[in-house]
Amino acid sequence: MSKRIDVSDLDIYYGDFKAVQGVTMAIEPRSVTALIGPSGCGKSTFLRTLNRMHEVIPGARVEGKAVMDGVDIYGSGVDPVEVRRQIGMVFQRPNPFPTMSIRENVLAGVKLNNRRMPKAAADELVEGSLRHANLWNEVKDRLDKPGSGLSGGQQQRLCIARAIAVSPQVLLMDEPCSALDPISTLAIEDLIHELKEDYTIVIVTHNMQQASRVSDRTGFFNLEATGQPGQLVEMDDTTTMFSAPSKKATEDYISGRFG
Amino acid sequence: MSTDVTPEAPGAEGRPLASRRGTTPGRFGNRLFAGLSTASGILILVTLAAVAIFLVREALPAITASPAAYADFTRDLNLGQYIGPLVFGTVLAALIALVIAVPLSIGIALFIAHYAPKRLSGPVAYVVDLLAAIPSVVYGLWGFFWLVPKIGPIMDWISQKLGFIPIFADYAPPAKNVTSAAIVLAVMILPIITAVSREVFLQTPRLHIEASLALGATRWEVARQAILPFGRSGVISASMLGLGRALGETMAVLMILAPFARGTEVYSIKILASAEHQTIAANIAQQIREAHGMGVSVLIASGLALFAITLVVNMAARWIVARRAAFSGAN
Repeated sequence: MSKRIDVSDLDIYYGDFKAVQGVTMAIEPRSVTALIGPSGCGKSTFLRTLNRMHEVIPGARVEGKAVMDGVDIYGSGVDPVEVRRQIGMVFQRPNPFPTMSIRENVLAGVKLNNRRMPKAAADELVEGSLRHANLWNEVKDRLDKPGSGLSGGQQQRLCIARAIAVSPQVLLMDEPCSALDPISTLAIEDLIHELKEDYTIVIVTHNMQQASRVSDRTGFFNLEATGQPGQLVEMDDTTTMFSAPSKKATEDYISGRFG
Repeated sequence: MSTDVTPEAPGAEGRPLASRRGTTPGRFGNRLFAGLSTASGILILVTLAAVAIFLVREALPAITASPAAYADFTRDLNLGQYIGPLVFGTVLAALIALVIAVPLSIGIALFIAHYAPKRLSGPVAYVVDLLAAIPSVVYGLWGFFWLVPKIGPIMDWISQKLGFIPIFADYAPPAKNVTSAAIVLAVMILPIITAVSREVFLQTPRLHIEASLALGATRWEVARQAILPFGRSGVISASMLGLGRALGETMAVLMILAPFARGTEVYSIKILASAEHQTIAANIAQQIREAHGMGVSVLIASGLALFAITLVVNMAARWIVARRAAFSGAN
């Protein structure tokens, strides 16, 4: 249930503005890849190109290749809907569907595939996904209550349960803890540790301690000046990146001497 | 006023807090605004009460009198027999209009709010809004001279093929039946329902749409999963606004619908049949000139019934919206 993605020479545009330039990176299966860098350097934009969410913004487009399992997800015959079903995403702010109960939220993605599911199988999937997201014990008695009634951290774990319920190959996380308190953040980080047994995970974070805690490999994005496109400065094993980065910009950023 | 202000309790700019109290212009503006808005709120209630009191007072003679007192006007029907078919016709016409208008409006609103390219959605929204500006008498003319002759053959065909279903039975030309009236009503309420639905759909949080897209939803699935549930209560409110207008619409119905004969009590579900329905509003407009004394009171009693129906409709709408408030997305 996990695949690698090889990105080569990816340029990302908003209309005529080139937001990110020339990204080449390999995302390993069953590992956590963290993307760090200052605000506006294009790391979230890059993340959103990996499941073709970038192009829902009018005028946004991509040049280059991102190959998963031998197939370029930007190939001409590839349906973006199909890509998104295989590459799940968790957003910066928890976004469970407010009109659905906790149970319905978990099943939201599965229902899209129009699979008529026997109730027993659905129950099993709900429990499995919620257990996997470390949320089961907290919500098992109120599965029919609205998902928006949970705390922020619980909502985010519900969103993770919703994303993994469809058994994606890859899980993208766009600053999943930035709206959460420290305890909820720790819960999510623990969860990421467990999830990487089964999934390929890419996480964008502003928090460098978080990157060093959860990730196996880290990529550092930066831009040379405002108005210039963002670039992947370097990418390496997380321990190397945080102890002996090869580029000076990386070292400055990580040690807080940035800007 | 500021005698007990201690030196260590200054305001933000170092002034004593107490000087903000009392006569500063901001405070006066606040009070003025509070007074004005309270007065407006009370005025609405007073107006509503005045209308209700008027209707009850003027209808009371007919309600309390023996049927013989107005037998002349109603052709020997008692009050219930007179008003009942009118209530039935009113509700029937409005419901058919709603059945036609609501799906169409939701479709148009979704198209404008989320699917149309920018340069198309603007003009389409504008044209739909323009429909609201057309006076109802013009709709009546359009229905009378254009719709009725054009739709006659279609209704005839439906009645022949599907006549075994009672509601489609017994079409008779010309097509001045309740369905024709309801189609015109549907066009009239379309802009209201569309405009309100569109505004609600536009407010669907980007987060929810993205959540749906990220799960691999197609455009239609995004609408079904994120936009429509979010806009549900808004669409219901919009439909009720439309229903309110359809219930009370007079002119267009008066010009298109051929009513049942005076003094008959008809409850007919044959929506293509001729001369079997009438609405309260059109009936009042038609009869008020020749009514006097008890006759006027009977008509006002029918008006009271219309007032009651709209109240019930609105309360029902609120109940429906409130029932799933926890799931509405407002929290």
